Amino acid sequence: MPWAREQMARRAAVELQDGFYVNLGIGIPTLVSNFIDPAIDVTLQSENGMLGLGPFPTEAEVDADIINAGKQTITELDSTSYVSSADSFGMIRGGHIDLSILGAMEVSEDGDLANWSVPGKMVKGPGGAMDLVAGVARIIILMDHVDKNGMPKFRTRCTLPLTGTNVVDMIVTNLAVFKRRDRKSKFELIEVAPGLSRGEVRDLTEADYIDM
Amino acid sequence: MAKKLFSDAAAALDGLLHDGMTLAAGGFGLCGIPETLIDALCASGVKGITAISNNAGIDDFGLGLLLRTRQIAKMISSYVGENKEFERQYLAGELEVEFCPQGTLAERMRAGGAGIPGFYTRTAFGTRLAEGKEVREFNGEPHVLETGLVVDLSIVKAWKADPYGNLVYRKSARNFNPMVATCGRVTVAEVEHIIGSGELDPDHIHTPGIFVQRVILATRNEKRIEQRTLRREA
Repeated sequence: MPWAREQMARRAAVELQDGFYVNLGIGIPTLVSNFIDPAIDVTLQSENGMLGLGPFPTEAEVDADIINAGKQTITELDSTSYVSSADSFGMIRGGHIDLSILGAMEVSEDGDLANWSVPGKMVKGPGGAMDLVAGVARIIILMDHVDKNGMPKFRTRCTLPLTGTNVVDMIVTNLAVFKRRDRKSKFELIEVAPGLSRGEVRDLTEADYIDM
Repeated sequence: MAKKLFSDAAAALDGLLHDGMTLAAGGFGLCGIPETLIDALCASGVKGITAISNNAGIDDFGLGLLLRTRQIAKMISSYVGENKEFERQYLAGELEVEFCPQGTLAERMRAGGAGIPGFYTRTAFGTRLAEGKEVREFNGEPHVLETGLVVDLSIVKAWKADPYGNLVYRKSARNFNPMVATCGRVTVAEVEHIIGSGELDPDHIHTPGIFVQRVILATRNEKRIEQRTLRREA
């Protein structure tokens, strides 16, 4: 049975380590914050200029001046600091963020990422995605294994406009987890959703990867 | 000491507007946007604006108001979702759009304001947004040449100002405002509170008054929320 969104987020959360500064993208990646091990200290960064994101507010706590990059209302923590967008992207581009978890439309077997231009829809712009993949040390992608038409999203080459080249380190889909040692290595299939065979994953994947 | 406090938005914009001008506006989404000054720009009727801002507002708020009145000819932004009128004008070829990665946009404003005409960044290398741009290797990695931005007029939203134009922003409403303030040949700030001389701690000023020529008390502080997201109370 394929993993649900929450299970994908829970799997990605396993990759967080004590002391990490992490940027979570919009959509499923935002759910990862619900599954952070309370025993570890993780600081969430939001590219609109907030370091140290707290939980969503109660009605009484809502403050229009406290939002995350998804434009959602959010709360402060004791550790929170606010910075300008230039300083925020200094953290990102300067390699100070340990990990970013993002959504994707396509990932290639070489780690290229396409996640900003939806086919058949007006291009809305990349936001901070190109900066994140260019600057953050490690990028994990959360995405469905196949698109609405059943086409594999982990492909030989991306067919959609790229967000970055050779930037993805790990992919968590609703069917499987792929990881690679470094950006010169190939991806390896390391986990399969319960009830699925490795062959079934293979059949739904266009990319070439290591399957031990 | 030049007098920086103006009576209202129209007075603060007087003499600064011309058709075909370049404009930078602070804000991220609808957070920290100069609502009062945008209204005044609408009322002024100035046309053919090239507007530089991370986002383009929504149909009936933020820069969306200037799009609705067809006063903007070109937008330079990182993300322009949530705006149907924008989409309509863009698809009809009535509006020119230049996409810029968000961090690159912030840095282009910062650079422009700091007298730096260009800089190299790894961001966007190998993508459509780097096409036609000079590429140079640093430490074996390809980087893309991006240019600094300087505009005719910058408009920002701040929380507090003193009579010298020193500004303090509030929480994540800071976002692009500090860089926008530096990259305008003239910068007009609207603020929620104007406070007395000496009442701001000099150590806590975000934008020093040298970057701010005119200040008004904001008369519109609606601060519309795009995604009111709540947690369940225990």
